[in-house]
Amino acid sequence: MTPAAAVTVHRWNRASIVTMTALGLLVLVLAFGPAIFGATLTDRMTTLFAYVILAAMWNALAGYAGLVSVGQQAFFGLGAYAAVKLSHGGVEVYLALVLAPLIVGVLSLPLSSFALRLRGGEFAIGMWVFAELMHLLVNLDGLVQGETGTSLIALSSFGPDARRAFNYWVALAVMLALVAAVFFLLRSRTGAAIQAIRDSEEAAASIGVRVMATKRLIFVLAATGCAAAGAITLSTLTTFQPKTYFSVQWTAYMIFMTLVGGLGTFEGPIVGAVIFFIVETVFGAQGVWYLIGLGAAALLFSLFLPRGIWGVLTDRFGIALLPVGYRLRFADATKRTES
Amino acid sequence: MWFDQILQGVLLGGYYALLACGLSFMFGVMRIVNLAHGSIAVLSAFVVLSIAEAFHISPFLALVVALPIMAAAGWLLQVTILERSLRSGSLTPLLSTFGLAVVLDNAMFQKFGANTHSLDIGDLAFASWNVTPDIAIGQLALLTFVVAVALLGGLQLFLSRTPLGRAIRATSEDPDTAELVGIDSRRAYAAAAAIAIATVAIAGTFLAMRATFDPYTGPTQLIFAFEAVVIGGTGSLWGTLIGGIALGVAQNIGSQISPQGFLIAGHAVFFVVLAARFFIAGRDPRTLIRALRRAPA
Repeated sequence: MTPAAAVTVHRWNRASIVTMTALGLLVLVLAFGPAIFGATLTDRMTTLFAYVILAAMWNALAGYAGLVSVGQQAFFGLGAYAAVKLSHGGVEVYLALVLAPLIVGVLSLPLSSFALRLRGGEFAIGMWVFAELMHLLVNLDGLVQGETGTSLIALSSFGPDARRAFNYWVALAVMLALVAAVFFLLRSRTGAAIQAIRDSEEAAASIGVRVMATKRLIFVLAATGCAAAGAITLSTLTTFQPKTYFSVQWTAYMIFMTLVGGLGTFEGPIVGAVIFFIVETVFGAQGVWYLIGLGAAALLFSLFLPRGIWGVLTDRFGIALLPVGYRLRFADATKRTES
Repeated sequence: MWFDQILQGVLLGGYYALLACGLSFMFGVMRIVNLAHGSIAVLSAFVVLSIAEAFHISPFLALVVALPIMAAAGWLLQVTILERSLRSGSLTPLLSTFGLAVVLDNAMFQKFGANTHSLDIGDLAFASWNVTPDIAIGQLALLTFVVAVALLGGLQLFLSRTPLGRAIRATSEDPDTAELVGIDSRRAYAAAAAIAIATVAIAGTFLAMRATFDPYTGPTQLIFAFEAVVIGGTGSLWGTLIGGIALGVAQNIGSQISPQGFLIAGHAVFFVVLAARFFIAGRDPRTLIRALRRAPA
């Protein structure tokens, strides 16, 4: 056994420094997106940002808190609905799009003390029932007119180009904020607690991790994030039809992105979102076969590659591009371990 | 009028209990919440429909033909998907069965199209007995209820009285120890899955006889089945019957209040029962112990 003094803890390595710098540059380039990309690509990129948010949020829930939810479309739909409500109530439209997810996040707090008592499959379908109930209740609102839906009329006060650019910037900023939130959460003391819970809830509780409080934090974050993705989607579609937003299909997308990219890894869901974005762009027109393919991929990855593409890459090459974990370097420099 | 609504709700509850039977059985025995449950019920309905149309036979006869096919499908489901996912943790079965549900729903859409279908059972669909001039009991609804009770009772007897039933219960308690006393735990689980999916085939047939269905009907059926299981107390077969009845009665009363009330009342009862369960369990340690004792049937 190597004496403790001969072990040093590293959070950064050369790869992660290079990656962080490259990411910084990428963000800088992305910030000028509307000027660089054409109209279509700008809209598509806005959609991609929403996908990244959805994947990162579902991964935080399932990959770190061990909570498989089939009902995240509840928050997706409520985020869009809240934005419509706020805008109708006179709030400036882009402010409404940003405020809506925060309101949904606050509302998810009381729900969490109820939902988090459910375990495994009960939580999964319990959340789905919650989403169905929210869908039905939103339909009762006169403003929405049932399944006919309504639209975010206030957006039409902007010209098409300005609107496209604002949508893009809001989506980019919200995505960066949420991904950064997950990043700093995982790097913090709570991050160690989260990963302990992921590995074994009982063991984590036994060494003093406040399991319930930590899970609640992630639940509220995921609710806020999914609501933000709903608001972003509303900004690009402008129409609000409850059936579209409260569809379980959104959760199917989240599961696909997270499983393919890598459940329980920080980078995985982002990779998964990019893969899903490409798959959708190429095969989306295939309709039913495309959906069968998504389901089959989720099924096969869950059975044969549970840590997804990114998990395989990190296991094989020991790469960690982002400094989320801790790496121990032993004095004899032959052994390396990481968490 | 209220009495009639409650009576019809109880009969509807029989259908939900029948639908929930396989879900409850699989959860009780294997601790798996099968998210493809509703989709498999719809698949069974299509299998029975295809057999009945191909050979021009009655749906009941077609169900007899379909039962071994669906049981074999259950066996296959266990050895190809569930067994492997059970090994990699408690969350994996949720993910794999959800993926399976997406595949099944869309594959059925590809094969059978968007049209709604139903099984032709002639007069039985409308025939009823008049108890009083105002209250009628549908023959199909009553038949569904009787089948549900018979199936739940039969499963209970099967688990407690037969050698295979005991082997399944032993495996459910502890597969490794079961192996020690000479039980092939893989076979026991595969048999349990075959039985569960056979009951889903019966439920799917009644789904297709009592209403129309299409390839995307599955998820709604899964939710109803799950609500019946949870309201009645997870893992208890007779509880599932009570849960189904509570759900059916709530929905029928809700539908009297508003058009959307049918679904809203059902979901609301589900959450109220869950909340009550937590509230009671949190208050009195004795009820908590009793609840824990009841949970693993």
